[in-house]
Amino acid sequence: MRLASRDKMGKHTVYWLIVLPAVLMLVLLYLVPLGNVLLTSVTDPKPGLDNYALLFTSASVQRSLVTTVRIAAITTGFALLLGYGVAYAMRAASTRTQRLMLVLVLLPFWISILVRSFAWIALLGTQGPLNSALVAWGIVDEPVSLVRNETGVLIGMIHVMVPYAVLTLYANMRGIDAGLVSAARSLGASRWQAFRLVFLPLTAPGLVGAGLLVFILSLGFYITPALLGGGKVLMIAEYVAVQINDTLRWGLGTMLATTLMIAVLGTLWTLSRVVDVKRLFGT
Amino acid sequence: MSAPLSEPLVRFIDVRKSYDGKVDAVRALNLEVAEAEFLTLLGPSGSGKTTTLTMLAGFEQPTAGRIFVGPEDITDVAVEKRGIGMVFQNYALFPNMTVGENIGFPLKVRRLPAAEIASKVKRALAMVRLEGLADRRPQQLSGGQQQRVAVARALVFEPRLVLLDEPLGALDRQLREQMQYELKHLHERLGVTMVYVTHDQVEAMTMSDRVAVFSAGQVRQVAEPRRLYEEPQSLFVAQFLGESNTLPGTVRQRHGGQCSVALPGGAGVIATTVGNSDKVTVAVRPEKVAIGAAAAGCVNRYPAKVIEVSFLGDQLRVRLAALGREDFIVKLANAPGQARLEAGSPVEIGWRAEDCRALGE
Repeated sequence: MRLASRDKMGKHTVYWLIVLPAVLMLVLLYLVPLGNVLLTSVTDPKPGLDNYALLFTSASVQRSLVTTVRIAAITTGFALLLGYGVAYAMRAASTRTQRLMLVLVLLPFWISILVRSFAWIALLGTQGPLNSALVAWGIVDEPVSLVRNETGVLIGMIHVMVPYAVLTLYANMRGIDAGLVSAARSLGASRWQAFRLVFLPLTAPGLVGAGLLVFILSLGFYITPALLGGGKVLMIAEYVAVQINDTLRWGLGTMLATTLMIAVLGTLWTLSRVVDVKRLFGT
Repeated sequence: MSAPLSEPLVRFIDVRKSYDGKVDAVRALNLEVAEAEFLTLLGPSGSGKTTTLTMLAGFEQPTAGRIFVGPEDITDVAVEKRGIGMVFQNYALFPNMTVGENIGFPLKVRRLPAAEIASKVKRALAMVRLEGLADRRPQQLSGGQQQRVAVARALVFEPRLVLLDEPLGALDRQLREQMQYELKHLHERLGVTMVYVTHDQVEAMTMSDRVAVFSAGQVRQVAEPRRLYEEPQSLFVAQFLGESNTLPGTVRQRHGGQCSVALPGGAGVIATTVGNSDKVTVAVRPEKVAIGAAAAGCVNRYPAKVIEVSFLGDQLRVRLAALGREDFIVKLANAPGQARLEAGSPVEIGWRAEDCRALGE
């Protein structure tokens, strides 16, 4: 008995020791700098809330915020629409096809976001294959600008975000009893009615979850807008980078970073009052 | 209602179904369901009973053959156009709707006016004794209540045919028995035709006008429960429904409806003839066998030795050594004056020719 309990204690101690390096690393490399960011935002260049006042007074800060929210919202909308279709098809496919589709969905995760962004620039540029084809087929007279503007940013971001939407929606859809749709059909519902009245409402938690995930991730996008926007589409993350790297206004940069974080946490908190967040993320 | 088929509502004509192109889940199915009948498809799992039901519902297409409902060939009609109510094994209630919305669903998709839906839902709820629960979510109900909602939903649009796929499987025994009677009463009151799938023979016996016994994709026998039990046409049915003592043997002689069968040990049995096979198995129900003085008047009489007596309250289950085997079972009702049977004591057993059947296969 005593031996057993000592064994148990010993086992727990071992596990704590295994976890310790990761905990230390998190505290040192994550929480400490985060605290530093929070502190800087209210102390630089002088103590006070001057930096936060810029949220209400600076037109460029406001423009960047509006751009960020707009791009994140549009990205979320398209990612959900495209992702829903893919997830829906995956659910109906055979087990083998399902596995193949899953690999294809995950494939982009293995390719650096930098590589993907440059690939889009090459594809969408005025001399790129897409524009050449459009001009050659006579669909347009002159190359359309699909990159180095907001369109380019949106294309790149949606491309990155669709897999996240697919995976979240797919997890949700897999939990839906296929018998429910059959039941609806046997009760007289057409395919469309069964989808609209039964399946779609049951995927609402998945849509909210996927939408939230994509929206939050989109708010913090840096590389894709920086490269595909060609410096013309200034989202918050890039705005922060400019403040810190170029203009050296650390206070403004950290204030925006903090604002972004509070906005994300605030969104999550508000949502948690409305829906069961734990269920959204499948825990 | 158990009268012979006058006007079949459903007809399966030479229906065959194969999922993989090699094995037939259902083969050569010819089955008729009469108007207002309660027909049960009974069989072990994998016997084709559920496949038969799903083809009738329209979720699966037969590989060959046609299915008629009334005069209409519905083989190629889409599920939602068939107008057949169905109760699923796991109820399949829509979790995103209230109980009332669930029951109103078939009416809503048929675009009935809201007022009519409301009154019909109310009546359906009363029918299954769930008044006042319209605004609950299905998840808030007990298993038995969910079951009733599923039944109400399948009946609310007044289909002429309702299919039930092992609807009571998930309920505990007591609730199951109660629901059996409720379903039976609903059937009698509404006069709707019901096709019911189960692997539980007691359930089949209790509820059905007729039972179709399935095995290996084929219907082995369709008959009223009592006839099925008393006059099985095959060894499978005799053993699947209730208990039987089985004695393999060879037919020596036939006269009238009876035959004399020689058993391997040299003894003979006079049995009711079924079919014209010479290799037969004589089946006799344990409760049809008399012991001791009661056996005196029987045409089949054999010496036996009591091995074991189990007291089951209302009956005694006696295991005997007889006819060269040690697993001959006799059930005796625990009637007044029933003598005690001691293990090891020699007794005489006997049964009438009418009570045993010489079955082919």
